[in-house]
Amino acid sequence: MTLRTRVIPCLDVAAGRVVKGVNFVNLTDEGDPVELAARYAAEGADEICYLDISAAPEGRSTLLATVRRTASEVFVPLTVGGGIRTPDDVKAALRAGADRVAINTAAVSNPDLIGTSAGRFGSQCIVLAIDARRNPDDRYEVVINGGRTATGLGAIEWAQRGAALGAGEILLTSMDADGTKGGFDVALTRAVSQAVSIPVIASGGAGSTADFVEVVTKGGADAVLAASVFHRNEISIAEVKGALGAAGIPVRRNT
Amino acid sequence: MSLIGVIDHGAGNLVSISQGLERVGASVRLASLPSDLDGCDAIVLPGVGSSGGVMEGIRSGGFETVIRKETRPLLGICVGMQVLFETSEEDGARCLGLIPGTIRRLNNAPRLPHIGWNEVEVVTSDPIFASCPNPVEMYFVHSFAPVPDDRSVVIATARHGDPFVAAVRSENLVGTQFHPERSSAAGLSILEGFVASVTAGLGVESGTR
Repeated sequence: MTLRTRVIPCLDVAAGRVVKGVNFVNLTDEGDPVELAARYAAEGADEICYLDISAAPEGRSTLLATVRRTASEVFVPLTVGGGIRTPDDVKAALRAGADRVAINTAAVSNPDLIGTSAGRFGSQCIVLAIDARRNPDDRYEVVINGGRTATGLGAIEWAQRGAALGAGEILLTSMDADGTKGGFDVALTRAVSQAVSIPVIASGGAGSTADFVEVVTKGGADAVLAASVFHRNEISIAEVKGALGAAGIPVRRNT
Repeated sequence: MSLIGVIDHGAGNLVSISQGLERVGASVRLASLPSDLDGCDAIVLPGVGSSGGVMEGIRSGGFETVIRKETRPLLGICVGMQVLFETSEEDGARCLGLIPGTIRRLNNAPRLPHIGWNEVEVVTSDPIFASCPNPVEMYFVHSFAPVPDDRSVVIATARHGDPFVAAVRSENLVGTQFHPERSSAAGLSILEGFVASVTAGLGVESGTR
């Protein structure tokens, strides 16, 4: 009888389609998000994450339509992030069928957004997304705008401040590990996980099932998130859960 | 076909619960006014956020009096279940008081909020668990849970740190701390059990509280 470690596939969406690209350029169409979300849910995904990477403002209504369609067909929790700037953006995502909303760049420029949104909709639905990069002095710094802008903020301090402001969870992405398939940044995950009492989702760097196990056992992650290894069918959700289970980590049976 | 009124008190995701109920064969009407509940066979009271916030939505929507007198089957989900109790220590909210007891923070929890899938043990058989395995994994996202004065209302428990109450039943009122509408096939079986019990005419048939 304990809480299960969640396995979360993340889908980058733009203009109503799943896209894949490097540094937001050369995007390729990878299919319909609802179809992919439904497939992942059937394969045992514990939650689905959509990250809206469309630059155009008109992408907003398309995203909400996608969220609505997903919530109608896929009965597992849905977290939506990307471009959330105001409490009204949070509300629109929730009303469209999101359970939780991830806030990243806008939280750095306007930390009050966390508290205001948590006050209106509850801490449990506000996820603070942190993209962190290791500096030459070994300090982890928060970067925003998809990794393009350094902030000078320490990642561990920012996670603590976000939790104090009312965030209910941290989605922690290592910009160094992201896309490398060399494994999660275990040290970063452990540092944040030990610094806060809210759950931490580890993201960036998954390349093998052993990577997922390591970031839970050594990094203290409460949930693990990955994108490309799932989309490219290199690792299945079932294989990740099998490896976690074999390591003695509680996971949900696929029911 | 049963018509279920889903109370819309302004916050949160109503898409999942509406679609979930339709998936198990019910018709759904979103109720933003008490009169929208006229003609409904049963009521679902969803809720996210805090008890105080949900109570404010219920009061400003004019639903408080209606729910207090309700005799139709009513399913409260998450904070929608918590507000059926008397008070919440979360924000000192005074709630509907239909079930004696208070809402308290989870004890000895390793981390809060309690987010994710956890095992639910059914301790008293109930129509909502009719077609569900026991124990069963359900999706939770909360930091508080009910502590009923009368333990006999407890129909399911779970554990995050100390054990806590995961579902309650008091006459026509039933409530889950977990989210059946987000708990995949097992969750849909809960909604199916609720709708089947409505169809079978369970709940208090007449009179007021």
